[in-house]
Amino acid sequence: MVTKEMKSHLDVELERWEEETLHPALRKRPERMPEFTTVSHHPVKRLYTPLDIADMDYERDIGFPGEYPFTRGVYPTMYRGRLWTMRQFAGFGTAFDTNRRFKYLLEQGQTGLSVAFDLPTLMGVDSDDPAAAGEVGKCGVAVSSLEDMEVLFDGIPLDQVTTSMTINAPASVIFAMYLVVAEKQGADWKKISGTIQNDILKEYIAQKEWIYPPHPSMRLVVDSIIFCAREVPRWHPISISGYHIREAGSTALQELAFTLRDGIEYVQATVDAGLDVDAFAPQLSFFFNSHNDFFEEIAKFRAARRVWAKVMRERFGAKDPRSWMCRFHTQTAGCSLTAQQPYNNVVRTAIQALAAVLGGTQSLHTNSLDEALALPTEQAAQLALRTQQIIAYESGVTNTIDPLAGSYFVEALTNEMEQGCWDYFEKIDAMGGMIAAIERGFPQREIQEASYRYQQAVERGEKIIVGVNKFVVEDEEEIPILYIDDSVAETQRERLRQLRARRDNAKVQRTLAALKEAARGTENTMPYILECVRAYATLGEICNALKDVFGTYQEPAF
Amino acid sequence: MSERKIRVLIAKPGLDGHDRGAKVIARALRDAGMEVIYTGLRQTPEQIVQAALQEDVDCIGLSILSGAHMVLVPQVMTLLRERGLDHILVVVGGIIPDEDVPKLKQVGVAEVFPPGTLLEDITRFIREHVRQRA
Repeated sequence: MVTKEMKSHLDVELERWEEETLHPALRKRPERMPEFTTVSHHPVKRLYTPLDIADMDYERDIGFPGEYPFTRGVYPTMYRGRLWTMRQFAGFGTAFDTNRRFKYLLEQGQTGLSVAFDLPTLMGVDSDDPAAAGEVGKCGVAVSSLEDMEVLFDGIPLDQVTTSMTINAPASVIFAMYLVVAEKQGADWKKISGTIQNDILKEYIAQKEWIYPPHPSMRLVVDSIIFCAREVPRWHPISISGYHIREAGSTALQELAFTLRDGIEYVQATVDAGLDVDAFAPQLSFFFNSHNDFFEEIAKFRAARRVWAKVMRERFGAKDPRSWMCRFHTQTAGCSLTAQQPYNNVVRTAIQALAAVLGGTQSLHTNSLDEALALPTEQAAQLALRTQQIIAYESGVTNTIDPLAGSYFVEALTNEMEQGCWDYFEKIDAMGGMIAAIERGFPQREIQEASYRYQQAVERGEKIIVGVNKFVVEDEEEIPILYIDDSVAETQRERLRQLRARRDNAKVQRTLAALKEAARGTENTMPYILECVRAYATLGEICNALKDVFGTYQEPAF
Repeated sequence: MSERKIRVLIAKPGLDGHDRGAKVIARALRDAGMEVIYTGLRQTPEQIVQAALQEDVDCIGLSILSGAHMVLVPQVMTLLRERGLDHILVVVGGIIPDEDVPKLKQVGVAEVFPPGTLLEDITRFIREHVRQRA
């Protein structure tokens, strides 16, 4: 973007500025720190100038929104055409409780649903299993059977909302339950839309909620991608997620690089299973974290689009421009919230949400101020949604597309993010791909190192957390907290007892046996899971049937 | 004879897989000169108490972020008492609402560390209280 002549002139001018203006000032007042870094420990220079992006080519590297390489956004009009989807993650207690919260959120102007499941559900364990003790309905809604799913979406027409479901190891079972509810409502599978997270690789890397070993887990993911391409074309069968990688303590770059490399692994596996890349790639979606370091986050989002476009076009030879687009959901960083002075979290979340919007996200969840303490109260959840609405309707940042493009700093940081991705891809490719890298503990170790380094920087006061290691108050006022009482577990146990007594148990056993047979072979498992669900087999029964065939997973020691 | 190193068991009970905190603490305590045993994920209260007995630890650190602490922690405490292991210092870290803290202390938990606690404070607490009990 800079001619040779301009470059040498600027070089001279920069040197002159340092000599005449900067150095005298530094002698009078040195800078606050010897070194400035992002929250991810990435070095940041004092000043960025055209020299830092001298090698960039506008058309090649930045381009226009809605066109390759999509640095400026995936859509030609971005938020001028349509705002991002405000999608608040919600779920607690029984399906009855969460159904009421969903209806409240829709009344408040939320535009999409997002389901949080409790831990037993996330682990494929029924509410009445002894392993679920103490956890039923605690950090999400308890769903053990089709019956719970029917209650969860009661009175919500599934062909008129889009629903995101955060579910991974048992994703195909929960998805099958959703599809059967749609079927019963008379909603056409071809018209329903939403997302299942279904990203098992990041479970091994970061969140650690797996059931089966990596290879059969990948097969279940590929089965659902193929099933969606054929039967539920508007559904996003996977949301390739960096969020949890970041929450586990990674840097922004690690979040980006591991997530996109996971994406490569899924695309490769699906292509290997015989599907044409353009038949499914447009339905892939991503999910990123938005942390405190404002410009680093914006650069990460912009780089995500450019790297993914190049990967899809160059590595996989995708021809459909929709296959090149990295569409993503963003959630503000839960791990940045503090239990101390919880009202400060409102401000953190607003800054993080603004970064996600300036980074061009397609949907957004803003965390509530009380989430370092418990699940959000209704008031806290409303304030979190209002934060997005104020950005959308009052701040003016939605009036033009990608307003930070051309900033020397943001473009330079975007380039550094991109280069960092290629470097990580090379390492992981050399190990034989992401599954091999996971089995060696590579991404896990990288994240552990980064999280420990960050914690030490906090301890030494090199990184400041307001209210935690600076500006501390002794007597903190308490804030209201959402309490989930243990009657939830009791209600769930009773509902399951009645269900198991009422249903056709011989039919349940037949459908489970048929699923196992399919799992042993190479057929797509989705139609068999749907049959189990229609017969009201429980989540735990279906996952256990698959466990019998696939086995379970132990984390390698490292 | 040199003084015996403080032995700490870091455990994650329940179904929760969020182990960032547990691993950071394990490493910090190790760097502070303690012997640290990490149980790995998804341990039952029984397994945790069994490990504490076998490893002859001075302290158990329970990390829970799932909201199940009011069920799982009392189970651990009861088992410790039953096995005559109530000399072991038990501390809890994670997402614990303020009003649960006194309830946990009532069943014998020495301290609860919410998100944002400095590693240095946890290390100091364990060192001072293990010494007092010795």
